[in-house]
This record gives sequence, structure tokens and C-alpha cells, in this order.
Amino acid sequence: MKSLRNYLDKIKPNFEPGGKFHAFQSVFDGFETFLFTPNTTAGRVGAQIHDSMDSKRTMIIVVLALLPCLLFGMYNTAYQHWLAAGNATFPFFTMMLYGFLAVLPRIVVAYVVGLGIEFVVAQWRREEIQEGFLVTGILIPLICPIETPLWMIAVATAFSVIFVKEVFGGTGYNIFNVALVTRAFLFFAYPSQMSGDKVFVPTQPILGIGGTVPDGFTGATPLGQIAVASPQAGEALSIVGVNGQPISTWDAFLGLIPGSFGETSTLFILIGAVILLLCGIASWKIVVSVFAGGLCMASVAHLCATPLYPASMLTPLDQICLGGFAFAAVYMATDPVTAARTEIGKYIYGFLVGVIAILIRVYNNGYPEGAMLAVLLMNAFAPLIDWCVVRANIRRRQRRLTA
Amino acid sequence: MAEKLDNKKVFLNPLAKDNPVVVQVLGICSVLAVTAKLEPAIVMGLSVIAVLAFSNVIISLMRNTIPTNIRIIVQLVVVAGLVVIVNQLLKAYAYDVAKQLSVFIGLIITNCILMGRLEAFAMGNKPWPSFLDGIGNGAGYAIILIIVGFFRELLGSGTLLGYQVVPQSFYDAGYVNNGLMILPPMALIVVACIIWVQRALNPDLQEK
Repeated sequence: MKSLRNYLDKIKPNFEPGGKFHAFQSVFDGFETFLFTPNTTAGRVGAQIHDSMDSKRTMIIVVLALLPCLLFGMYNTAYQHWLAAGNATFPFFTMMLYGFLAVLPRIVVAYVVGLGIEFVVAQWRREEIQEGFLVTGILIPLICPIETPLWMIAVATAFSVIFVKEVFGGTGYNIFNVALVTRAFLFFAYPSQMSGDKVFVPTQPILGIGGTVPDGFTGATPLGQIAVASPQAGEALSIVGVNGQPISTWDAFLGLIPGSFGETSTLFILIGAVILLLCGIASWKIVVSVFAGGLCMASVAHLCATPLYPASMLTPLDQICLGGFAFAAVYMATDPVTAARTEIGKYIYGFLVGVIAILIRVYNNGYPEGAMLAVLLMNAFAPLIDWCVVRANIRRRQRRLTA
Repeated sequence: MAEKLDNKKVFLNPLAKDNPVVVQVLGICSVLAVTAKLEPAIVMGLSVIAVLAFSNVIISLMRNTIPTNIRIIVQLVVVAGLVVIVNQLLKAYAYDVAKQLSVFIGLIITNCILMGRLEAFAMGNKPWPSFLDGIGNGAGYAIILIIVGFFRELLGSGTLLGYQVVPQSFYDAGYVNNGLMILPPMALIVVACIIWVQRALNPDLQEK
């Protein structure tokens, strides 16, 4: 640690104005603070109260909380591939390697493009590099289908970093969740690469690992299958995995189903949620109220189940476990920048996210999944909710004053 | 001599420094609606130039006889008459484009640029400067329409004026047209980019 500090101190003059590399000052600054901030330590004597919770540490804890989903996503990607290829044995480490190789290029592309833009903008504006992209860069591969072409991820990432974050002033000033806008851009710009039955399961071996998937397989997500289903009255919905076996609620909870890379496993998302809540990063009010809103709306939809809207025939528990609902509730809706900030506002915001997600999913046949659109919509309304809560508070206290 | 210079300014200012779309932010709805392809954008631009130029001249000729409290009605009647003529001409000679533009030719009547120019310029100036002002503002509008239409058709459909521009080898290599470009939100973002570039080039346009 000490020698690293000395080395940084030695090369620092090169990056000061007038130095050789001062065009890269913000890059250097970014690495220095990344490694050594906060650089205050508690005193050696006496009782100390010390809290160095800054945005860098917040970000890194979110990344840690995403790791369970990432690791499970690697396994599940390989598992789906193995199933589709008809392999009988499931060697754990080979499969993890396959999943790792499948997702690595996507993570690298998202980080290189996003951080590249951040570095350029920071240097251009002569500001410090902000760390907001640390989380966004890992969220993007997690919420996209594994077969999304790399150049599409690059285009979408560039678009959303520039138009959603940088034009508003950078990290902390954005109205919409950057990772979700990336996905929304992909969804609307390249619909055939973002939905359907060919994009959620990798079909080719990578570096000789894995098998070749026969042409006839269908790897549609459960919600994708439901959206195109046309059940007769009184008939149950059938959702099948890539091997043709029916998917139960337990499967959906565990997450061994086709879906976007990191969103399938409710179990591992809940592990991440526990990390976030224990560390006080995410607001439990938002998480709980998103699930409450989702369950409410799903119950209402299930009570008036009709074959006209096949998704209404799912039980509320299925609704929570399938698709990206849980992922959106835990990692997307809780984004402190774009969520409501007042305490009462968080309940309203979360509840509406849940309700709207299920509402879109069930009653709009064009969109099999509604969580992304629900969070983006409520991002736009969050300031309004806050404003109303603050006004109500002011009025309440004013009345108390005059009474 | 002074008047001539003035005329030149009247004609040229709306093209860049005082552009009706990107500086005054008028006429945005038709920019969103008709620019998914380049051809309707060009036709729409020409129609607005024609309607704006002639309505400016007509209102300018009548400016001393119009009673102030019914001037809006008079302006609307003039614009509506010209729009109907343009619409009929398009239907007669460019039926396909007229069908694509559908109601948006009719909606030129409510285009804020027209009412704005009639109120702000033609009501107080002679016919010749009014004519130039009309051409200038119409062209300023048309330029933005064409730029937006160019990018939206190129990136959204891979064509320009209906001709394939993006080579087939791109598609074979995995390139896909950007479907979002066809949708109206992207028109707003392209307009925003034009505004961005223009303000960056003209610091005196930047709001403090």
C-alpha cells in the first residue's frame, strides 16, 4: 500500500497542469481517489465516531450485492445452453467457465464504452471522474439477453450515458436510471434482438466449451410464452423450459429458466437485497412497497382472470418470481438518484412501480414485461411525488401553527 | 442601401441565428410527425415555405385595412385558403407523399411559425420584406426538417429518399436498422442535438 502511494506521488507531477500528461489529469485523479479515498483514518487514542460512507463505497457495495446475481447468471446461461444442446451431465466448473466467457465481453464492452465517455467528459469539463458508472456498467449486461450483439450494447450504452446522464450534469443529476434507459433503447430500437425465443439462450460453443444447439429449439422466457399464448376458457397456462418440461413456481424462484442474464433467480436477487438492506444502501421502504404493489395488482388481475389477457391467469406469487420484477424492485427502483427521496414518497413511489409493472405486463399484450417501463415512468414522477409530500407537510405544519 | 442590407438580414437570420425551430422552438409537432422519412420532410418544408411566403405577402398588403380586434381571424382565413390550395396541388401531383403527410398539411394552419411571422412581421412591414421573411423562415424550418429527416431515414431505415444507402454487406455482418429512429421520441433527440451543436457554435445564443 505504502509503495503504491509513493509511486502515485512520484508520477503525480506529470499530471498537474504543465506536466507531460496533464490531458489525462482526470483519469489519474479518478484512479488515485479510487484507490485512496477516503484517506482519513481514525485517531489512535480516545473514542472515535467515524463514518466514511461516501458514494464510492456505496457504489462498490451495490456491485458486491450484484455478484450473486452475476454468478448465478453465469451458471444459468450455461445450464440453459446445456439443456438446449441435450447434454446429460452438468459439470459445474466447465459450465461456470462457459457462462463467464459468455458474459465477459458484454461487461467489458459496457465498461469500456461507458467509462470512456465518462473520462472524456470529465477531462473536457475539467471535473473529477464520477464513479456512477461502476454500477451501471455491471447492471447493463445483467438486464440484457445474453445473445445481444456487442455493438448494440455499445451503441445503447453510449446513447444513455450521453443523453440520460451527461447532458443533465453527470452522476447524481440524472432523471432516469441509466442502465434501464440502455435497456429501453435496445428494446425499442432492436426489438427482434431483445425478445423472442432465440436470444435468451446462447446457441454456439465458446472456445470449444459447450455443444451446438439444434435449430428447432425454442428458448422463449415464461412471460414471452404467456404473451403469445391463447388459452381456452378453463384451460391452465402451460409454461415450458428449453427442454420442454413445465416450469413450476419453485423453478421460477430458483431461476433456472430462460431470461435476461441476471434477472431470473428471485432467490439470488433476495440475497443481494439482504446485502443492500443490511448495509443501508437501498431503502427497505421502496423494496417492500414495490413487492406490495406488485402483489396487490397481481391479486386483482388474478381475481378477474380472463383468457383474453393470459398473464392474468398467473398467481401473484408467479408474477413476482417470473421476469425482471424482483430485479427491478431490488436494484432498479431503489436507485437513490432517481427514486423519490421523501420517506412517505418512497412508499408511494414503490407501490406505484409495483402496480404499474404488473398492469403493463398483464393488460398490454405488446409488452410481455412491464418492470422496466414501470420504473422509468415512476422515475419521471418521483420529483412530483416528493413535491406533493413536501407541500402536504408544509400545509400540515402551517395549520398547526394557525390553529 | 440601408434597406437592402436590412432585407438580407431579414432573409438570412431565420436560417441560423433566429431559426424558428431550434431557437424559437416553434413548429415542433410537425417536426416529430413528418420526418421519419426524408421525402415527406422535403415536401412539408416546401409547402410551409410557399404558404408562409404568400400569406406574409397577402397579410402585408392588407395590413393597413385589417381591424386590430379581428386580425387573428383574417390571418387564419388567409392561411387556411393557401393551405387548401397547397393540399389540393399535392393531391393532384404528388399523391403518395400527400397521403403520407395526411393531416399534417392541413395542420400547417395551426403551425405556430405562421401565426408568429404574420403577427410579428407581416402586420408591420411592406410586402417585399415580408415575402423575404416568409421565405427565410420557411427555409429555416425546412432545413431543420431535412436534417432530422436525413438522420432518421438513414439510421432508421437505411435508405435515403427511398434508395438503399446502407450496403447489404453491413446487414450481412449483423448491422440492424435502429427502430427507435422511426419513433417520434428520436426526432426530439435529433432536434436537441441540432440545438446543442448550434449553441456550441454560437455562444451568444446560450442562455445564462
